Amino acid sequence: MDLWGLGARALRERIVGRECSAREAAGAALARIRAVDPDVRAFLEVTEDAALARADESDRRIAGGEPPRALEGVPVAIKDNMCLVGARCTCASKMLAGWRPPYDATAVAKILAAGAVPVGKTNMDEFAMGSSTENSAFGPTRNPWDLARAPGGSSGGSAAAVAAGEAPLALGSDTGGSIRQPASFCGVVGFKPTYGRVSRYGLVAFASSLDQIGPIARDVADAAMLASAIFGHDEMDSTSSTRQPVDLLRVVDTAEAKGLRAGVPREYFGEGLAPGVEKAVREAIATLEGAGASIVEVSLPHTEYAVATYYVIATAEASSNLARYDGVHYGHRTSRAEGLVPLYSRSREEGFGAEVKRRVMLGTYALSAGYYDAYYMRALRVRALLRRDFEEAFGKVDVIVCPTSPTVAFRIGERVDDPLAMYLSDVYTISANLAALPAVSVPCGAGEDGLPVGLQIIAPAFEEERLFRAARAYEAAAGGPATRPPVWTAGGAVGGGPSGR
Amino acid sequence: MAIERADVERAARLARLELGEEETALFTKQLARIVEYVGKLSELDVAGVEPMAHASEEALLREDVPRDGLARKDALAGAPSATDGFFRVPPVIDPGH
Repeated sequence: MDLWGLGARALRERIVGRECSAREAAGAALARIRAVDPDVRAFLEVTEDAALARADESDRRIAGGEPPRALEGVPVAIKDNMCLVGARCTCASKMLAGWRPPYDATAVAKILAAGAVPVGKTNMDEFAMGSSTENSAFGPTRNPWDLARAPGGSSGGSAAAVAAGEAPLALGSDTGGSIRQPASFCGVVGFKPTYGRVSRYGLVAFASSLDQIGPIARDVADAAMLASAIFGHDEMDSTSSTRQPVDLLRVVDTAEAKGLRAGVPREYFGEGLAPGVEKAVREAIATLEGAGASIVEVSLPHTEYAVATYYVIATAEASSNLARYDGVHYGHRTSRAEGLVPLYSRSREEGFGAEVKRRVMLGTYALSAGYYDAYYMRALRVRALLRRDFEEAFGKVDVIVCPTSPTVAFRIGERVDDPLAMYLSDVYTISANLAALPAVSVPCGAGEDGLPVGLQIIAPAFEEERLFRAARAYEAAAGGPATRPPVWTAGGAVGGGPSGR
Repeated sequence: MAIERADVERAARLARLELGEEETALFTKQLARIVEYVGKLSELDVAGVEPMAHASEEALLREDVPRDGLARKDALAGAPSATDGFFRVPPVIDPGH
């Protein structure tokens, strides 16, 4: 198999065992990006020089007999809302089109210190606001399974890059499902850690009580490998937990479903769930049961209020976080302003896209005098109820299993005119953010039109080891990692297919 | 509470967004639908429920210890306009007064 086709763990073993060099691995990833990215468009910037320099450093260390690092020589793609010195950090926004950050994000610094090779910055919905990557100011990314479809979002570039073989690993960020939903749409594994597991220093803030950085990978073990490299307290992010980080890679090798109590929330199988998705998820639950897990029906009674709660809290926090883009300190400045307030207002009007403006407006409205109690405070109270739902469910079960998304990947352009319909598609993922829980999406076969479906597994806060045991146990029982998209077997450019449409 | 054009104009002013005519009309329509949907939160009885603003389990405050921050030249490197080590903005006070 070509080097680009290897998973992260297998590739690292080859590099460390000197069966191939890190430079060869980096070269294979960069060549793969050149071959398929004109069709997939997962990357906003390819960091070839940085990749080769890091790869050479790995090779020098290995030749010098230094102990191998956790991600030695493994190519990683980085979502474009995380700072990497030397590369642009645009958040897929005109506002930050040419911006170069003065420091590395902590998660980025950690993977670099662990020997990762950064191959590029990936496309996303502008400022991570969206569920399709269509809100990128630089054009949509396309789903490797069907180029006419969206890869999901907002970490669509990261998920598509991993699915198309452009990198074995990617970092994404997840505020309401932005790692898990694109992972589900692209047939890869995506994991949102517990709130506080990973430092957000250097992650461009969207909604600070919800944002988490996490890995996207081709299988559960590879996701465990990247996750374990970014866990840990950071004094630069006061919300990062001082709890002992866990080594998830050790957990996955001994995973088994026997004795696992998996809860199936009845509210997650109602109206709006596509029949093909429901079938695939129910089969996955049966597979877990067959492997020794006991399946218990549970209830999360406030689920129907999750989307409304989320879109008040997330937009309120966004309206505050995005106040920093003022045309003065960094980012876009209008060329036609006389006076300071018009400079702010016009720079923001020109720099932000429609969805960002919509959310800033909604958040401003929800926080403004006369509406604060009715919307924002009320949403915070409902958030507490949502969390209580999970606490009660976890009194009976170890993990919760459910769909990641109500549908398979939709067509590009299909939902752009209906923001509310797009918000409603986040229904199964946002509760984990609101309740601050770890959750993972694992591929579980095909739904409508043969497109990938994700099984979501949710665990109590800081129970990542339990979560990964369950995820790996399912993956093993289902017969290993998922199948590959059509683009996988295309030797060079994506042949045939809908790319010419 | 139905959202009207005046609400959108007010929010835009507060958010420092200079919306065009077409955008104001579109946002009024779209935000009205979203706010109507969000109104379902009022169905719930939340009396006595403590608001959950965040999920951090530990104290978020630390000792206020001085330490080095970003170097001035790095902080200014991304500025659209800078002079003599400062961010440059249009005149705030009319020099004629």
